Amino acid sequence: MSSWDRKEDEVRRLMEGPHPLLPPDLADRAAGRGQRILRRRRAVRAVGWVLLFAAVVAFGVWAAIVEPWTLPPTDTTPPLEGW
Amino acid sequence: MRDRRAAQESRRAREFEAFVAGAGGRLLHAAALLTGEPLTRDTADAQRLLNTALARTYARWDRLRGEDPYDRTRMELAALFARRGHHYRRPRGGALDRLTPRERLVLVLRLYEGVAEEQTAAALGLPVERVRAICTRAVSVMRSGVPRQPSPPRRGGTAASTPAGAAGAVP
Repeated sequence: MSSWDRKEDEVRRLMEGPHPLLPPDLADRAAGRGQRILRRRRAVRAVGWVLLFAAVVAFGVWAAIVEPWTLPPTDTTPPLEGW
Repeated sequence: MRDRRAAQESRRAREFEAFVAGAGGRLLHAAALLTGEPLTRDTADAQRLLNTALARTYARWDRLRGEDPYDRTRMELAALFARRGHHYRRPRGGALDRLTPRERLVLVLRLYEGVAEEQTAAALGLPVERVRAICTRAVSVMRSGVPRQPSPPRRGGTAASTPAGAAGAVP
């Protein structure tokens, strides 16, 4: 056993000892708080999906009305403006 | 769907309670060593720290995928303390009073919890050599028997800054 190990052991012993008293409701409180974190996360995810769905619908409606894929007519010149 | 979620929730709550009943004492001990509170008296700050860490473990419970919940909670605790450590700078009568918050954190992870050097370094975002240096220093300070100079409360200081009395060899 090296002297360094012995020093480490000495300090380790300083940190040991009986555990402090655990409050009996600690698990319940932590679980309640964890449950709230989960619920909040779930709500945020739901809002995200709703927003995504709304964006898809809005795009669909816009595309159906404007039909951006149709070419402009080729037999008429576009109106000349600002001349 | 609703039934399945309820079943999952009650299973999680049961497993979590069993986990805290088994590991809570040791985790609270580690937390009290970090905050510097004496183990025999009320450990309010350590309890608060542990409560937050446990809540995060609970929120992750279903996605642990084989990861040890104890290890998870310990790392949450370390991350929380690394961020808030400067609140616990003043000596309060605990076993590690002579050390700065960061030295305490490294010492508790390395010696009390037996976490490997590499893992400690990764958790704290430090190079391995730095962790080794902090640990060596902390051990020698603990054995030297010189009480740490109480530092005047400083505003805007970080957990990394060491008080003038204990700066010494740390670069």
